[in-house]
Amino acid sequence: MNYAASAHPDITAKLPGWRATALFVALLLGLAGLLGRGIYLQGIHDDFLQEKGNARYSRVIEVSAHRGMISDRNGEPLAISTPVESAWASPADVEADSHQIKQLAQVLGMGAEEIKSRLSDTSRDFVYLKRHLPPDQAGKVASLNLPGISLQREYRRYYPAGEETAQMLGFTGQDDNGQEGLELALQEWLGGKSGSQRVIKDRRGHIVEDAGSLHAPKPGSDVVLSLDRNVQHLAYRELENAIKQHHAKAGAVVVLDARSGEVLALANYPAYNPNNRGKVSSQAMRNRAIADLFEPGSTMKPFTVATAIEQGKVRPETVINTEYGVYTVGGKKIHDSHPESMLTVAQVIQKSSNVGAAKIALSMEPEVLWQSLADSGFGARTGSNFPGEAPGKLRAAKTWRPIEQATMSYGHGISVNLLQLARAYTIFASDGELKPISMLKQDTAVIGKKIFSDRTAQALRGMLELAVQPGGTAPLAQVAGYRVAGKTGTAHKLEGGHYVNRYVSSFVGFAPVSNPRLIVAVMIDEPDNGQYYGGLVAAPVFSKVTGEALRALNVPNDAPLDNVIAPTADIVAEEV
Amino acid sequence: MWRSEGVLNALLLAAVVMCSLSVVTSQHKARKLFIKLQNEKERAQQMEVEWGQLQLEQSTWATPARVEKIAAQQLQMQLPKNGQVQFIRVEPDGRANRQP
Repeated sequence: MNYAASAHPDITAKLPGWRATALFVALLLGLAGLLGRGIYLQGIHDDFLQEKGNARYSRVIEVSAHRGMISDRNGEPLAISTPVESAWASPADVEADSHQIKQLAQVLGMGAEEIKSRLSDTSRDFVYLKRHLPPDQAGKVASLNLPGISLQREYRRYYPAGEETAQMLGFTGQDDNGQEGLELALQEWLGGKSGSQRVIKDRRGHIVEDAGSLHAPKPGSDVVLSLDRNVQHLAYRELENAIKQHHAKAGAVVVLDARSGEVLALANYPAYNPNNRGKVSSQAMRNRAIADLFEPGSTMKPFTVATAIEQGKVRPETVINTEYGVYTVGGKKIHDSHPESMLTVAQVIQKSSNVGAAKIALSMEPEVLWQSLADSGFGARTGSNFPGEAPGKLRAAKTWRPIEQATMSYGHGISVNLLQLARAYTIFASDGELKPISMLKQDTAVIGKKIFSDRTAQALRGMLELAVQPGGTAPLAQVAGYRVAGKTGTAHKLEGGHYVNRYVSSFVGFAPVSNPRLIVAVMIDEPDNGQYYGGLVAAPVFSKVTGEALRALNVPNDAPLDNVIAPTADIVAEEV
Repeated sequence: MWRSEGVLNALLLAAVVMCSLSVVTSQHKARKLFIKLQNEKERAQQMEVEWGQLQLEQSTWATPARVEKIAAQQLQMQLPKNGQVQFIRVEPDGRANRQP
C-alpha cells in the first residue's frame, strides 16, 4: 500500500484495509476447501478413485461351470453338455466382398442371399448368423478371419439316445437349466453355478495376477440313473412296433428291477428328438407312464384275490359260483365274456373272471380292501419325484357302494399310472414286499414294506403263471427259455364321465418266475386295428421286451427253450 | 567413527538396492509363471471339452439301434433259433454236462 502511495505521490488513495483481509480469507477458504476435498476423496469416500484406478488394470472375469452329465447304470452317457460356438455379426463393422460372403455362406451351409439380408440392417449391433455350430465348422469360420464376424461360446446339451429317452430325461432351456423330466427333477444336482474371479491384466490383455476369486465356480455333479440303455432301447423299439401295428394312439412301457425297484427302462411313444426339438407338441412331451392316469382293468384282480387270501376268506382252490357269467349287484349287471358255472379262485385270475373277482371283493369289508390297495401304493405318488406325476385316484372306503366295490375289484372306478401299477407288482415278484421306486442307481440292498405274507405272494405267483399259459388270457406273453407270470388288462376309456368304445390294453408281468428279476408293464392307448384285448395287444410286447431284456442282462434260463406252447383254441378273451 | 558409519550406510544402501531389484525380478517371474499356469488351465479345460465330445461321439456310434442295424443287415447276424441252442451245465467238479 505504501508502494501504491509512493508510485503516485499526489494521489492520496488509500485502499481500504478490509480488501486485503477479504482476499486472505478467500484464499484460506479455498485452501481449506481443497484440503477438505482431498481428505474426503482419499480418506472417507475413497472407493470412487479406487474404482477408477482398478478399472485401468483389474478385470472381473467369469469362470464358467458346466452342467453335470447324466449317464445310465453302466456309465453310458445319456445327456452331455458341450460347448459350441455361435457365429454372430455386427453388421456395421462387417467388411467383406461378395466373394468372401459366398465363402462364409458355404461354410455355414446357408444361402449367400440370406446372409446378405441379415447383414443389411446396419442399425443393429448384434445379429446371429447361425447358432450352435459343430467345432469343425466353427474353426472354418474363425479361419476366414472376417472383420465384424465373431464366434460366441455357448453350452448345448446333447442326448445320444435321442427319442428313446426323450420324455424320461426331459430337456434344458437356453440358459442350460432343466425344464422338463429328470433334467428338471435333478436340477439341484446337475446345475453348475458359474463363478467370477478378479484378475490383473497387462496392457496386452494377458492375465498377470490372480487378485482373488469373488465366487468360486461350482460345476454340476454327474448323475448315474438306474436306466439301462440297452433295455431302454428294446422297450422303445417293441413299443413303437406294436403301436404302429395296432394303429394305436400312444403307449408306454416300464421295466423295473424286481429286487430293488429301480427303473431299468421307461419308454414312451410317440416321442420327439430332444437334440432337434423344433416344434414339439405338448402331447409328445408327456411322460405317459407317469403323468397319465388310466383305469387298470383286470390287472387289479390279483390285489383283490391276494387280500381275500390274506384275510382267510378264500384259498386258491376255493370254488366260486360264477353264475354263468352274469351277476347282478345293486341293480347293475357284471358280465363275463366266457360264461362258466364254477371257477376256483386260481381260475378266476387265469381266465380273468369279473364275476368271480366281484364276489371275492364283496366278501370283504370295504375298509379292508381299501387299506390293502392303499398299502400296495395305489392312490399315492410312487416317490419317484418325477415332475408332474399323477398320483391316481382311490376313493375313500366310506363312499363305496357295493357295485363300486365290485367294479373296483376288477379295476374300474380306480385310476393308476403305469409306474404305480408296475411297482405294485413288486409285491408278487418278491415275497410280498412293496419296493420303493428309484430312478437313480442303488448300490445298497433295498428294503421294502411287507404287504402280504410269503405264502400269499407265492400263491399269486402260481396263479399269474397260469394266466400266461394256454387256457389263460395271455399265452402270447410266454417267453422261450423263461417262466413268466402276469396279468392282462383291458378297459374302456372314460370320457366325460361315460365309458366309450375305445380301450386301454395293458399287461403287467414278471420273469423268471423261479427267481423274479424283471417286472415289465405295458400300456397301449386306443389300439384301433380290430384287436383291443390286453392278451392280444400288450402281451406280445411284454414277451418280446422281457425275453430280450433277460438275455441282454444275462439272466440264467429257468425253462427249456421249447417251453412256449401255442394255444390250441382261441385265447380266452376277458370281459371289459 | 564417521568412516565406519559411512561404510555401514554404503553396505545398507547396496543391500536395499539388491533387495528391490530382486523384488522386481521375482515379481516378473511370478507373473510369467502365472501366465503359464493360466495357459495350462485353459488347456485342461480344452481337453475336458474334447473328452466330452469324444464321449458323445463314441456313444452316438454305439447306439443300440445302429449296432443292431449293422449286425443284421451288413454282417447278416441273427439270433439263434430254439433248436440251435444247447445248454451246457458245468458240474461242481468242472465237468461239462450236455443237457438234452
